[in-house]
Amino acid sequence: MALVGLDDSVVKEMYSQMLAARVFSQRLFNLQRQGRAGTNAPVDGNEATIVGAAFALDPERDWVLPQYRELVGLERFGKDVLDRYVLFCIGHPDGGHIPEPVRVWPPQISLATQLPHALGMAWGLKREAEMESRPNESCVLAFIGDGASSEGDFYETGNFAAVLDAPLVILLVNNGWAISTPASSQTRAKTFSEKAKGFGMPGVTVDGTDALAVFDAVKEARTRAIAGAGPSLIEAITYRLAPHTTADDPTRYVPPEELAAARERDPLTVMKSEMERRGLWSEDWEAATLVQADERMEQAVLAAEARPLDPESLFHHVFDELTPRLSRQRQNFGAGR
Amino acid sequence: MTAPELAAETTYRDALREAIREAMIEDERVFIMGEDVAEYGGTYAVTKGLYKEFGRDRVRNTPLSEAGFVGAGIGAALGGMLPIVEIMTVNFSLLALDQIVNTAATLRHMSGGQFHIPVVIRMTTGAGRQLAAQHSHSLECWFAHVPGLRVVAPATVTDARWMLKAAMADPDPVIVFEHNGLYNSSGPVLPGPVDLTTAEIRRPGTDLTIVASAGMVSKSLEAAEQLGDRNVSAEVIDLRSLRPLDRATLAKSVEHTSRAVVVDEGWRSVGLSAEIAAGITEDCFYRLDAPVCRVASREVPIPYPRHLEDAAIPQVHDIVAGAMTVMTGSLADV
Ligand SMILES: Cc1ncc(C[n+]2csc(CCOP(=O)(O)OP(=O)(O)O)c2C)c(N)n1
Ligand SMILES: [Mg+2]
Repeated sequence: MALVGLDDSVVKEMYSQMLAARVFSQRLFNLQRQGRAGTNAPVDGNEATIVGAAFALDPERDWVLPQYRELVGLERFGKDVLDRYVLFCIGHPDGGHIPEPVRVWPPQISLATQLPHALGMAWGLKREAEMESRPNESCVLAFIGDGASSEGDFYETGNFAAVLDAPLVILLVNNGWAISTPASSQTRAKTFSEKAKGFGMPGVTVDGTDALAVFDAVKEARTRAIAGAGPSLIEAITYRLAPHTTADDPTRYVPPEELAAARERDPLTVMKSEMERRGLWSEDWEAATLVQADERMEQAVLAAEARPLDPESLFHHVFDELTPRLSRQRQNFGAGR
Repeated sequence: MTAPELAAETTYRDALREAIREAMIEDERVFIMGEDVAEYGGTYAVTKGLYKEFGRDRVRNTPLSEAGFVGAGIGAALGGMLPIVEIMTVNFSLLALDQIVNTAATLRHMSGGQFHIPVVIRMTTGAGRQLAAQHSHSLECWFAHVPGLRVVAPATVTDARWMLKAAMADPDPVIVFEHNGLYNSSGPVLPGPVDLTTAEIRRPGTDLTIVASAGMVSKSLEAAEQLGDRNVSAEVIDLRSLRPLDRATLAKSVEHTSRAVVVDEGWRSVGLSAEIAAGITEDCFYRLDAPVCRVASREVPIPYPRHLEDAAIPQVHDIVAGAMTVMTGSLADV
């Protein structure tokens, strides 16, 4: 455990959010099995990394650009993050829209493309502060997987972000796998974080099963970003404890011993120990927290399923204004059906 | 070495695998690479079992670097190997577009014939599986636009088997599109070979020619059945090759039907359907009894909810409706 002077109340909140994230995610998995949601990616194993980062950021100033596993763990940024993500998973087009003032972007499926976006945004925030002659107080944190970090966008962003001194934090979640491809087949570097050296920015590797360690690292990177000292790369090492997505069968490729060992370091267990160490944990409290999470999710699911879906939404938001052809297609929509 | 035996009835996926296996057995220079193609057997299970049979050097997982591994495939082909590169979906091939369009397609020409690139690039295309816009687009025409590439889209088990074989034998880069709705389809493998240039008449008819490819072929055949109930005899042509286009087969058909409907899962504006309609118009202008009709996807990113996804791409009733506008002379631009 990292030696951070976090208040007991904050640690408790973090653990609650981690427990809730797993509950939300398992529910989405089940909904897929019931035919009520589409393919989705479980969070199991990533909770400490997501929540540790979320608590190190300022939800009123900073921005989060997720990959696709993170949206169940960002309640701190606003209730809409989960509510919209549930909509997203059941296939409602409004699920891709997280309304203001929430500073979290929707999931990104096209791997690594969020990184240049995060960089552009971070650069923009810095420019905006300069234009308004005030110090910049915001940073952008982008999540990226070990697998996705093999894409060119990762290298181009790392390089460019350092050149610009952009207030960017790249949080690389090394959960050991990219679908069936192990992290060892993505890189021969000893760590993913040492790639930062080539970019000209600091890189650290932290225990991604330890929310407090992630908290510390992100806090430090954020401070640096806001001070104008530029971007950082943080590698959080954890293990994917569930299938890649609802469509995957990991028993075909994940060595059972490896998975069993990883379960010993389940982020929830790690944080529970910290709770116990601080005398904060009790069975009743945990049971009540899980019930609360269940209820929260139930409410999100019911609201999502009750949300009306305009069949013409097909034509919404393609452009600011419909083109003549789209107008015709929309007029004819439904005719002959 | 003899070609492996094929079951009388097989799936599209298995037919592709048999073509790859056969090539790998016959020529040690053949190897396959892509994301999760090894132990896992590929996202659509096309390479399942090949890793076990041929090992890591010939069935190779790559890092998630489409530009990198497509470029490496081109390089390996230049170096004398016969690589098959698998890309998960056409959407992700866009990361490798520079390699495909700026190098694979041009090097023979730009090197004055010194180089040729016998690479086969396979990728999934099409909608219908609720995978949302970034996994579901049909961008075949982007590739079919480019001189120096051959572009094929087998729609049947037999064509999957023999067109992939022909693609591997071809000395130039071949892009093979596999529609995601076809992998589980099954049928007999009829004797080959099948070349990379000719279209095939799937159903003869006299009143109207329906031109389709990949996932749209079976929908067009169903539409033709329904048109039969309305006393319209529709001929259905499966393009199979998108570059080059077999204009002769299309023209021959339209010469006797005098009417044509082009069905395309891609978007209508500046798309494959436009090229085919223009070709038919150029070749058969004086025989046409009606303007050529195009049935294409609505011009929106492919949505995720099932019913909206269905609504976005051409369905049997859209094809029937398009055909009827041609038959009744009521074609309108949509
Ligand atoms: C450009 C691109 N290529 C391929 C894919 C298919 N794909 C989706 S998720 C994934 C694995 C990503 O692994 P990683 O980045 O480690 O994230 P994790 O799933 O482990 O959280 C792949 C290959 C994609 N979505 N985008
Ligand atoms: Mg991973």
